[in-house]
This record gives sequence, structure tokens and C-alpha cells, in this order.
Amino acid sequence: CGCKSFSSLAELPEMHQMMRQTCRDYADRELAPIAGKLDKEHLFPAQQVHELGSMGVMAVEVPEELGGAGMDYLAYALAVEEISRGCGSTGCVVSVNNSLYIGPILKFGTQEQKEQWITPFTTGEKVGCFALSEPGNGSDAGAASTSARQEGDEWVLNGTKAWITNSWDASAVVVFASTDKSLKHKGISAFLVPMPHPGLSLGKKEDKLGIRATSTANIILDDCRIPLGNMLGSPGAGFKIAMQTLDSGRIGIASQALGIAQAALDCAADYAHKRTAFGAPIGKLQAVQFKLADMAVAVESARLLTWKAAMLKDAKKPFTKEAAMAKLAASEAATFCSHQSIQVLGGMGYVTDMPAERHYRDARITEIYEGTSEIQRLVIAGQLLKENAP
Amino acid sequence: MSRVLVGVKRVIDYAVKVRVKPDHSGVVTDGVKHSMNPFCEIAVEEAVKLKEKKLFKEVVAVSCGPAQATETIRTALAMGCDRGIHVEVTGKDYESLGPLQVSKIFAALAKKEEASLVILGKQAIDDDCNQTGQMTAALLDWPQGTFASEVEIEGDKVKVVREIDGGLETIKINMPAVVTADLRLNTPRYATLPNIMKAKKKKIANMKPADLGVDIVSRLEVLRVDEPPTRLAGVKVETVDDLVAKLKESGTI
Repeated sequence: CGCKSFSSLAELPEMHQMMRQTCRDYADRELAPIAGKLDKEHLFPAQQVHELGSMGVMAVEVPEELGGAGMDYLAYALAVEEISRGCGSTGCVVSVNNSLYIGPILKFGTQEQKEQWITPFTTGEKVGCFALSEPGNGSDAGAASTSARQEGDEWVLNGTKAWITNSWDASAVVVFASTDKSLKHKGISAFLVPMPHPGLSLGKKEDKLGIRATSTANIILDDCRIPLGNMLGSPGAGFKIAMQTLDSGRIGIASQALGIAQAALDCAADYAHKRTAFGAPIGKLQAVQFKLADMAVAVESARLLTWKAAMLKDAKKPFTKEAAMAKLAASEAATFCSHQSIQVLGGMGYVTDMPAERHYRDARITEIYEGTSEIQRLVIAGQLLKENAP
Repeated sequence: MSRVLVGVKRVIDYAVKVRVKPDHSGVVTDGVKHSMNPFCEIAVEEAVKLKEKKLFKEVVAVSCGPAQATETIRTALAMGCDRGIHVEVTGKDYESLGPLQVSKIFAALAKKEEASLVILGKQAIDDDCNQTGQMTAALLDWPQGTFASEVEIEGDKVKVVREIDGGLETIKINMPAVVTADLRLNTPRYATLPNIMKAKKKKIANMKPADLGVDIVSRLEVLRVDEPPTRLAGVKVETVDDLVAKLKESGTI
């Protein structure tokens, strides 16, 4: 059911429209009404994640035999956008589980690893997380200092991972550690660690500006022992696995950003009808109209970039540049739209009575995680220059 | 045997602000969001639940209308119906399609499909007729349990708890029967992604009313459609005597 040509983006295939609608209905009815509370009380939406799991949203691309929905990446992008439109935090949980945790195992895992580490994570009962960043390195992923040494029939992991989303709610983590620091990034391998596990502990939950219903914390590995069979992919392939995983993950984050941007736009457009000033609804004022138009263009163009990246991935074509463009465009659209949305709402945009301030806070992280906007620009330029090399 | 027929109607989405056409012949439907009638969703949910309880073998979703009606049938399939029937009615015929013609179609299909149960929404949110279920039962000479807030199969009978003005009425009717779903019957499920994928492979048969021997010529002609009058401001009074005086003044009493 994939899109084969760009012209078919003018109207999504029927199955994609249906699944987009079911996600939108769920977000409107079950997420939007509680998003403010989840944010205020830093509550992980466990029940909603469970319900989304039973709908297949926690494992969109996973084949049916493994317990997933068996749909394509475009469907996944649509799902994350609609869920994020209801609640930015829940969209983040969906994205991390699908792209960052299940993604690499689906691509690089053995059949046995897939059954053990993916299937229980398709139902929403368990979620996973992804541990690449460290206190000493974020963008500089190759400088990972977490180590893994072999001792008999075990790997022993030592080190600290930072900024790990879902950490306090996860039942497993994909960890990147170096078996040989002299090989620099070629010495990094990927490992699967269950949570909780002896030798693995969690740092304090970060007190974040936004996406507050997700837990973000350090993961500390102190002689954490795992069976040899827990290495994901081949030795030294860790950096490649991380980069490829982030490539796809970017489409997920772009979708999350789109959802937040759209929610901010909808909020502003609705307010423009209702609020009157100078004797008429403020939607009649050109200043407001120009803002809404700019917001709409920003969202729609980022959306098409995101869909194109997803379609290229589904067609098994190179999509690194397009995914980076999508993430860059969508995250900047999210911060732009949420900023302007507050402006349209005026004072009402600054208080928690309206969701505009939450969208503003939720949007901000999308320009940072899974590759900062600056890294995205490097990726895009790198691809462009490669294409244009004499 | 052991088959349930469910009717699903494609209507303008409940959240849309409906506008009257400039020529007052009807409402604007072009480019307007449509979805399954909410009471039909409840009917589908009930039918699928009965099948999941192994009380019926097959649930068939039926819709009458133009090509887009298949979208509504597909949604019913994604909720768990086994197959669909699209009775094609287009253009002017569709504009004048009402409960009497639809009941004739459902009655014909109920016989053709040897259905034991026909479940419909109690009414559609566009015309609010609340007639199709009752007319279908009458045409078939089957018992009816309308405004159902509870449905239980007991052997070859159906126990229906009906929401009526006075409260709740419980009746027991023989199958085959017609039941119409009211709001509190159940909470419709969200179509899951795997079921949406499965729905792709389920069959939707296509036919015309003539194939069922049904004449869909309308006996009704819509003369004019208007918006409801704008609500005027009220008047506040201080005492009951003032209220009575005002009511007398306006000729209300």
C-alpha cells in the first residue's frame, strides 16, 4: 500500500487515510483532553500507551508475525503526527519506541533477538529506549566513552549515558558502547540490555521545559553484565547502526514536530475567529492573517518533505538528505508556529488555560534531540556537496 | 444463517458547521468532511461484539449511496465486519434517497442474505428521521427493538432494553428481528492498524437498487432548506408577576 510516485501525495492511499483518521480520533478524544494534566504533573501516559499498543501504533512498521501493524513508514509518520497533535509527549514516546528502540533491532537483529526484544514491545505494555548520548558527547557521537569488555560468556558494560528518553518507564535499552577506543567510532558496538538489570541504574529525572510527560534521565552502567548474545549487529557496527537508526528516527521527530506545529496553528486559527478587537474578530486583521498564512506554509512544506522522506525510505531509496531536511524544516516550523500562536493569543497564550504555552515548550526540544538543527544542516550540506562533486 | 446485517450511513461529520446552499435546495456537501453516522458506529460495534461472543458467524456492512459510501463500508470492515455491500445510488436519486427507499433496500438484502438480525443506528445525524429501522421491520414483518441501550441474545430471541421517555423498557422479541442502536448501547472501538490492513482484503460487493427489485423513486419533494432562525436575546424580569405579564403580552398564554 505504499505511495509509488510523488503525485500520489496529493491524496494519500485509502488505507493511510483511514489509519490517519483513527489516530486523529484517538488523539482528539483521549489525548488532547488530558495533555495539560500529563504535562503539569509529569505523568507518563501508561494507559494511553497501552491503548495505542493495542491499536498497533507502538509498532507500526513491525511485521504482523512479530506482533506489529505491518504498515509502512509513511503510515508511521502519519500516526506520530496525529498522536503528537493531541499530546506532544505521547508522540515522543511513540516515536522513541518505534524508531529508536524497535527500529535498529528490526533492521540489525537476529530472528531470535527480534522475537525476544520486539514482540513484547509491540503491545504498549512495555516500551524501550535508546542510549547513545553521554554527558561528555551528544553531537560528537563517535567519541562515546562507555565501554564494553568481554569476560567469558558475558559483556561487561561501564559508563554513563545521558538524556535518555523513556528511561524511567522502559523495559529495555539499546546501548552503544566501545569495545576498543583506539578504533574510535569503528570500535563502537550496540548492545541490548533489559531494564531493570543488575549494574544498570537510573539518574534523577530531568526537570524539562517541555515534553514533561516523558521521563529523561542518565543511565549509569556499573559492571553491568549481559550475555554475549545481547550484542546487536556485528562488532564495530555500532556507529553505523546508530547513524542509520537516527536517519529514520528523524522522520519520526519531524512528524512529532508537525503535530505540535499543527496543534499550535489550529489553536491560533480558532482563537482568531472568536476573539474580537476593534469591533471585529481578530482574524479580519491582516497582521493576524499574515501570521496564520506563514504558519500554514511552514507546516505544509515541512509535511511534504517528511512524507517524501518516508516514501523514499519505503521505496528502499536513499533518504538521508530528505530525512534531515524534514527534521530541520519541521522542528523549525514547530518553534515558529508555537511562537506565533502565542503572539496571536496575546495574554491568553501566556497562561496555562490555553494549550499554546505547552506547544511552545514542547516544540523547543525538536530542534535539539535526534540530531540538532546544526547537525541536520551538516548532513544536508554533506549530501548536497557529494551530489555536486566534480 | 447466523448472519447480522448492519447499515452504515455516510453523513457530514458531526463537528462540521453545516451551511445552507445559496439556492436553498439543500446543504453544502462538496469538499465537506464526511464520516460514519455516530449511531451507525454504535450499531457496527454491537454487531462485531456479538460475533466475537460467537453468537453470529458473519457481519455484513451495507451502505447506500455514491462511490464514497465504500469509504464508510471500509471503516466498518476495519472495525471488524466481515464483508460489505455497496448499493449504488448517485446524483439526483441520492439527493432524494430517504428512509422508505433505504428500508426497502435493507428488507430485500435481509431476505437475500438470510440475516437473523438487522442492526441500524436509531437515526442519522443529518436528517434525524429515526424511521429506517422501524420501516425495515414493518416491510419484513419482523419484530423491532428500537432505541436499544442493551442487547442480549437468548437462544432464538433477543432481549432489548429500550430507552424511552418514561425510563427503560425491556422487551423480548423473536429473531429474525430489527434492532436500532441508541447512544448508551456501547462505546465504539477505534479501528486498529492491523484491522485497517485486514480490511483491505475484505470484499465489498457492488449492486444497484434495481438488482434487488427496489424502486427508489421518492414520494417526497424538498421545497426549501433554511438555516434555523438566529436566536434573539432574551429579557430578564424581576418577579413572577412580571413574568406572567410578559407571557400574556406576547400572547404565549
